[in-house]
Amino acid sequence: MVCERWKTQLDIYLDGELPSEQMHDFDAHVRNCASCAADALVRVQLKRYVQTAGKRFVPRAEFRQEVYRRIAAKPTRRILGWNWVLAAALALIFATGLAVTYRGRSRSDQDRTVYGELTDLHVATLASLSPVDVLSTDKHTVKPWFEGKIPFTFDLPELHDSEFSLMGGRVTYLGQTPGAHLILRCGNTKFPYSSFRNGPYRATERNALNRSRSSRLTLKAGAMRDFGIAWWGMCRQTTWTILLDY
Amino acid sequence: MSAAEFKPVSFEELAVPLFDQLYNFAHWLTRDRSEAEDLVQETYTKALRGFASFQLGTNFRGWMYRILRNTFLTSRTGLKATMTVPLEPEQDSLELPIERETPEAMLIERSNWQLIQNAIEELPLHYREVLLLCDLEEMSYREIAETLSIPVGTVMSRLSRARNTLTELVRRKLEGGTVNGMRKMEDTTRHLP
Repeated sequence: MVCERWKTQLDIYLDGELPSEQMHDFDAHVRNCASCAADALVRVQLKRYVQTAGKRFVPRAEFRQEVYRRIAAKPTRRILGWNWVLAAALALIFATGLAVTYRGRSRSDQDRTVYGELTDLHVATLASLSPVDVLSTDKHTVKPWFEGKIPFTFDLPELHDSEFSLMGGRVTYLGQTPGAHLILRCGNTKFPYSSFRNGPYRATERNALNRSRSSRLTLKAGAMRDFGIAWWGMCRQTTWTILLDY
Repeated sequence: MSAAEFKPVSFEELAVPLFDQLYNFAHWLTRDRSEAEDLVQETYTKALRGFASFQLGTNFRGWMYRILRNTFLTSRTGLKATMTVPLEPEQDSLELPIERETPEAMLIERSNWQLIQNAIEELPLHYREVLLLCDLEEMSYREIAETLSIPVGTVMSRLSRARNTLTELVRRKLEGGTVNGMRKMEDTTRHLP
């Protein structure tokens, strides 16, 4: 049927996503085709209903105030306006002198962001009642579970003859990047152990060593392994050395 | 040259206008007020912390939605929701014709918005989010693709399936008579003798 081709593109047309040339063709067709015009009408109505019905939930005033208070007077960023030439000239003058300093600071900011996210991630895991989605002590069960869920493969740490054992794993996200999150056990203590590939976190990896996040826990990065996959773990200083050896 | 060359942009300036819509979206995802509040709060905390790494000039709204969604996916509710596997394979090409008989052809009155809301709520997560981002948040396909980390083709096919599924759900609710205390839409067509 002639209209089938149009009908398959009706949603794209109504969402305004067709290229302009096809949009004109579609306009012309809809004006002359009662069937497509009727379909377009009901589709537009549906969009309108979803738009109206979708505005359903309103935050509580107290909650709104609480969040606003937390984010008030926080970091300010500057955007270059139309006199970017002046800004560029100033930047050039100071570029050489500032280059090294800026690089260090930029890395430091990035580090802080990564540490913050990783700390949250690992603390949340430690606090969770069900920290794993795949519950197994067998790495040959845990590793295949991640296939298709994260965009890379990895080797689990060898734990034979060590005091650590595998509890299981789950998929997690760091900076919108999916990664593997493993939970190891040593006695009655759980150790979150996460893996992410490259991304903005690679550069900070070396700097992570020996950096404490709190008085009780230390966040460290393992050695780079397997084509740029970084391992991150959180544990007490003394036990980390043991874990890192594996 | 004007003195307004350097325009300071604070996180607050960018993030506050998005608060209501992020909360609304969070509530649609979690279907629970308390969880939605936790999700929004965590999203703002993460975004505030990561603001230094945000590339000015890029899509801040998309960035916030991406943080919110990823945070949701790692929550217990999110993990539970994503365990539901769609029965139909997703295709990158859109080949689904529009059905001719659609219940929305009937006039849906203001009082029946509840019916639409219930139908949206029943949609699987991957349909619900794409539908709301497109029709409610009016994001472009590219924005949606970036927010959900899926190809544009998948956005199109999911949207089409979401709308068809929603249509079917609405039809069932209308055919089922009274839905949540609302009357079934009546045929008001008058036949001339």
